[in-house]
Amino acid sequence: MTISADHTAHEREASRSDAAEAVDELVKQAEEVRRKFGISLEDYMLPAHHQIQMVDPAGRMKAKEEQGTEPGHEYPTPGDDELLAAYEQLVVGRRVNDQNSALVRQGRMAVYPSSHGQEACQVAAAMCLREGDWLFPTYRDAVAVMSRGVDPVQAMTIFRGDWHGGYDPHEHHVGIQCTPLTTQLLHAVGVAHAAKLRGEDIVVLAMCGDGATSEGDFHEALNFAAVFHLPVIFFVQNNKYAISVPLSHQSVAPSLAHKAVGYGMAGERVDGNDLVALLAVLDRGVKLAREGSGPLLVEANTYRMQAHTNADDATRYRPDSEVAEWMAKDPISRMKTYLTSQGLLDEDREAKIAEHAEQVAMQLREGLGVDVSVDPQDLFSFVFSKPTPQLREQSALLADELARDASATGANTEEAGK
Amino acid sequence: MSPTVTTSSEANGNVSAATARAAAKAAAVAEASGPQAITLAKALNTAMSDAMQEDPTVLVFGEDVGTLGGVFRVTDGLTATFGEKRCFDTPLAESGIVGMAIGMAMNGMRPVIEMQFDAFAYPAFEQIISHVAKMHNRTRGRVKLPIVIRVPYGGGIGGVEHHCDSSESYYAHTAGLKVFTPATVVDGYRMLREAIDSDDPVIFMEPKKLYWSKDQVDLEALRAEHARGEKSTAGRAAVARLGTDATLITYGPSVPTALAAAAAAAEEGRSLEVIDVRSIVPFDDETVSASVRKTGRAVVIAEAHGFASVSSEIVARIQERCFHYLAAPVLRVTGFDVPYPAPKLEHYYLPSVDRILDAVDNLQWED
Repeated sequence: MTISADHTAHEREASRSDAAEAVDELVKQAEEVRRKFGISLEDYMLPAHHQIQMVDPAGRMKAKEEQGTEPGHEYPTPGDDELLAAYEQLVVGRRVNDQNSALVRQGRMAVYPSSHGQEACQVAAAMCLREGDWLFPTYRDAVAVMSRGVDPVQAMTIFRGDWHGGYDPHEHHVGIQCTPLTTQLLHAVGVAHAAKLRGEDIVVLAMCGDGATSEGDFHEALNFAAVFHLPVIFFVQNNKYAISVPLSHQSVAPSLAHKAVGYGMAGERVDGNDLVALLAVLDRGVKLAREGSGPLLVEANTYRMQAHTNADDATRYRPDSEVAEWMAKDPISRMKTYLTSQGLLDEDREAKIAEHAEQVAMQLREGLGVDVSVDPQDLFSFVFSKPTPQLREQSALLADELARDASATGANTEEAGK
Repeated sequence: MSPTVTTSSEANGNVSAATARAAAKAAAVAEASGPQAITLAKALNTAMSDAMQEDPTVLVFGEDVGTLGGVFRVTDGLTATFGEKRCFDTPLAESGIVGMAIGMAMNGMRPVIEMQFDAFAYPAFEQIISHVAKMHNRTRGRVKLPIVIRVPYGGGIGGVEHHCDSSESYYAHTAGLKVFTPATVVDGYRMLREAIDSDDPVIFMEPKKLYWSKDQVDLEALRAEHARGEKSTAGRAAVARLGTDATLITYGPSVPTALAAAAAAAEEGRSLEVIDVRSIVPFDDETVSASVRKTGRAVVIAEAHGFASVSSEIVARIQERCFHYLAAPVLRVTGFDVPYPAPKLEHYYLPSVDRILDAVDNLQWED
């Protein structure tokens, strides 16, 4: 038990800080977990001894006692409607990944970091949230972004090459897909902190990968969220590689979820290719966070089936046998088998889902197939709320250059026409 | 023409009239406090306090800014007045402070955050450069980040290593950041209010050696000026002293040194104009160029290393705009290109009155 008496001794009643409240909250939690589950707060914060897995790779629902759950680490199975809706997103997500990779090969996008194989994580991260909640994704999380309702073509603008971000973060409460690793976790903390100060009960889910947990901002974000007792779910997709570097070079912790206890928050690990378990764990996590239980770290055990991006060659650093091994754990086939065995999925439904996926793929092909025109003056329009005198000068310089180019081209055309 | 000492507010045209109106109004409404001697630290503190009073979304946080009131006491009393939800201490992590401020600003707040010392801000560099500066552009103006990052900077206080850097060039070089630095007590209040009001992020560089400099300031008049929405400092340099023979261009901690040099030069019969840049970004080319065109000679003074710095930028801009008006090359008096020295060596490093006067002597007067 790490909650020391010192903390409570420093309590002051007037104008309590979030940090002081966080300490109180932990003391309360300690009492509660002992009473409810008969375990210590540390055992509550530490992940369960095994990852949570509900549906095995063969698509069979595991017996309750084999799901990895234990007192304080129990998760209700999601309802049929939720599972079916999630499966639909899963299929759409896979189609999006494959379509985008094809568009890169056709030169329609500069690059696409695919989440192929990680779609269950993508879908669960988006679906566990409700309206008003925020999502802070990374560059590999386009499927999660679209699953929150962002227009697929707008979501892909970042990779199309005409602007660094294509959607309004305020519209769907989704941050711009973030490239500098884990910097977005702190933005998630800030959004949650502002909401808490205003008394809003929103939850913020922040995504990052296994390599990113080595970054300093990972540590700072988790610590800030814990100290200020904020409703942030840190969702780590452990896909085993940071470009080429395997997890063993990033961390020798028993698991990434074990890092949580060091910050005074709970951690859990879950089969990242089991959509049922992911939804179960994240749904409960979001519910607890909304009720004021503070932040949570969830590690999803998954695999990046394809190279880092199209510019990468994964055969240089991992054996095909490893990839084949994970192919057998594919999130879609197991979900399909499970839902079919439950009588929730039939051929009709499957066809409708496939049609939906095709529609989205077509939307991407059409949206990214057109050559978008760019306005060079946009370079200066958004640096500040109003351009500075220096930017106005530079904008005039560029306008003059373009005008001369245009008249030269016009003259040439006239010349050629004669 | 003999040199005339003017305050920056007099040099700012209509402001002295505005000050008089404000003072009159304040006197009519309540007990007018009138001018009183306050420090730069107090002016900054008052600016934050007034902004917090007016706008519940203004928050102050950082390291030791709560109970202690900041290591320089600039946030003194804010927690007591506004509570721990409005002014609070964070864990000791600068990237965390800036990163959290970004999220809070995305969600409706106006954070005013303190980096305890210039060099302590470096862990936050990625958040500042990759997000604070670029979020507005990245989102085509949809996400505004009204964040003020206060950075006590510069030397002259006998500080140990990592406590005396002049880091303004790093920020000024980055597109998307406004960079302000007040040199007077009045500007301390005005500029911090304008920074907090700004919808763009502002790196607010506070010359730490001037924190305890005092001036007669009528706070009620300044409040009234702010209430009327008068913006006088963003993008506008101040003529700190009028002169005719050469222009000294400087900012922040070097302004008093330049004024002292101008006073000494006056005794020798040379009339030096002193420009206080105040707003490094956006830069006031107009005021600087007008002065140099008038005098035909210029020296740029800054504590920071000269190489690839704000001072080199100013020199470049002057020669681009005033070449035919110049009677001599534009010279610079800056810190040497060495790491900021230990306390017993810093006076060799810092721009001094003598070094400025030497530079002025070298402006080819004989030609």
